[in-house]
Amino acid sequence: MAYDKFTILRSTAVPMPIENVDTDQIIPARFLKATERTGFGDNLFRDWRYETDGTPKKDFVLNNPIYSGKILVAGKNFGSGSSREHAAWAIYDYGFRCVVSSFFADIFKNNSLNIGILPVQVSPEFLDKIFTAIESDPKAEVEINLEAQTITIPATGESESFAINSYKKHNMMNGYDDIDYLQAMKDEITTFAGKSLY
Amino acid sequence: MSNKPATLFDKVWDSHVVRKIEDGPDVFFIDRHFIHEVTSPVAFLGMENRGLKVMFPEKTFATADHNTPTINQHLPVQDPLSANQLKALETNSNKYGISHWGLGNPKNGIVHVVGPENGITLPGMTIVCGDSHTSTHGAFGAIAFGIGTSEVEMVLTSQCIMQPKPKKMRINVTGKLGKGITPKDVTLYIISRLTAAGATGYFVEYAGDVFENMSMEGRMTVCNMSIEMGARGGIIAPDETTYNYIKGREKAPKGAAWDTALAYWKTLRTDEGATFDKEYTFDAADIEPMITYGTNPGMGMGITKHIPSALAGDSKSSYEKSLQYMGFHEEEAMLGKKVDYVFIGSCTNGRIEDFRAFASIVKGRKKADHVTAWIVPGSHIVEQQIKEEGILDILTEAGFQLRQPGCSACLAMNDDKVPAGKYAVSTSNRNFEGRQGPGSRTMLASPLVAAAAAVTGVVTDPRELIA
Repeated sequence: MAYDKFTILRSTAVPMPIENVDTDQIIPARFLKATERTGFGDNLFRDWRYETDGTPKKDFVLNNPIYSGKILVAGKNFGSGSSREHAAWAIYDYGFRCVVSSFFADIFKNNSLNIGILPVQVSPEFLDKIFTAIESDPKAEVEINLEAQTITIPATGESESFAINSYKKHNMMNGYDDIDYLQAMKDEITTFAGKSLY
Repeated sequence: MSNKPATLFDKVWDSHVVRKIEDGPDVFFIDRHFIHEVTSPVAFLGMENRGLKVMFPEKTFATADHNTPTINQHLPVQDPLSANQLKALETNSNKYGISHWGLGNPKNGIVHVVGPENGITLPGMTIVCGDSHTSTHGAFGAIAFGIGTSEVEMVLTSQCIMQPKPKKMRINVTGKLGKGITPKDVTLYIISRLTAAGATGYFVEYAGDVFENMSMEGRMTVCNMSIEMGARGGIIAPDETTYNYIKGREKAPKGAAWDTALAYWKTLRTDEGATFDKEYTFDAADIEPMITYGTNPGMGMGITKHIPSALAGDSKSSYEKSLQYMGFHEEEAMLGKKVDYVFIGSCTNGRIEDFRAFASIVKGRKKADHVTAWIVPGSHIVEQQIKEEGILDILTEAGFQLRQPGCSACLAMNDDKVPAGKYAVSTSNRNFEGRQGPGSRTMLASPLVAAAAAVTGVVTDPRELIA
């Protein structure tokens, strides 16, 4: 799936200072039954966001109108659990393009990069600074510069660099995906497969 | 290949790298690919939108498991969305020539149960599936891990995925396990020590006499749970136990091919002097029957202990949120807590040995009246074994009903849902909020602990019920 190019993202952010947010919270299993990749944003954080009768839970951050933006900022070990790419689809479909945390689960990180969400891993200290900035001003922006690999809080000028391998960075900046890459090396794969024991 | 000492993981990984990308992932060749109804339809759709086809259909195997009902499987699936996904799996498999074991097929069952029991899973293979518990197959000395749907599309269209090589961890458990201590307790103990994120970024090799003495079913339980401490997968060196399990299974190599394979499998060991990025050693004598008290699998404890007052590494607020969800308090005992539901099954504990263990406790006893129990075999082959070994008679006598195979209450995509606020002792793999149904409260444990809860109606140390 092609996705939008990611270069610089400057946006307000939604704070979720909860640790170990697992993929069953991001999108519960009962909402995985579609055979297409649309509409998952409606059920993002379903059971934290809505009562069983569908009434929005007032104390949940996505239902608080003072917070909005394309960046989700979450506590450590975000996206643990299932391999469901639906979790990343739901986050993307809702409108987020970047998740910031001090630690990500592996599969979630891969899935995000594969569909055009940038996972930005920051130090626990910088994560606290972002939460503090948003707490003091819900309209505080966060800027992510993929080329420079920096994340900045413009209001305070505080900044930190983040890691991403140059292959994925190139893909994200150009909207390419791995399937394009793999298709271009099919002959090499065929030769390799011919030598395989299995 | 150099002569430098290598780990088992290095040997299998490095021999499957088609191309190394500088400052990027490896192009990684996949020997076996399993698909199921939930995470594959969008991959086929994406493939078709690009005008691509399945490159090696004979390397992919399909089974229906995640949202299948566990009663009346001969009737049409009532939930239209589930039925639609099952239909999509069948249609896509038929269209591209992929083996498909759908509902009603005698080989149908949970993907991580049917792969090994039919001899599809072999040592030294690379195996992926759009399911995080693909780590199960590491029990055979394979590199096996879960992938997302974009990666399912990559495997379908190119038999490769793009993966950075994980770091290496070895976990040794040495000594002798006590009475009533099962592989599930070993893994829950390890996870409680490392935390739910303690192995993120690593691939784990399990070593030591506890694993060497473990059955294949037990090794599968341990490798299955690797993802619950964040590891991409777990791996155990193949040995006589492995070869004996594989030999004669339908898709296992036969004749000369067996000899060739066996010679290769015998090289699949970590060399003396090979190094790991991290290593832990635990003593089997420290492991009790385990149970979880919180909302991630790292929140586990010995069943006779008290709930701790904090969890190393997690903030107090996250910890309290978790206990509040469970309705538990710091310093409380778990023994004696009321249990409403018991689930035995799943890719973690849905194999014959698990039902033997369960039956060993319920034999001659009765199910507690207030407990609802779901006894769900991992496959039709396991179901058949349960019947042939007389386990079904023991279950029936004790007031239990055997259901039909599927993932069932592990993730509650079908009707097997634990109601809000109710407590389940479950042999599955995740105790996340709402995992077994919205508002459900899960305590993960072994088949023995599940059986003890099923007959007493409360959290009980199974050692008290073992003759």
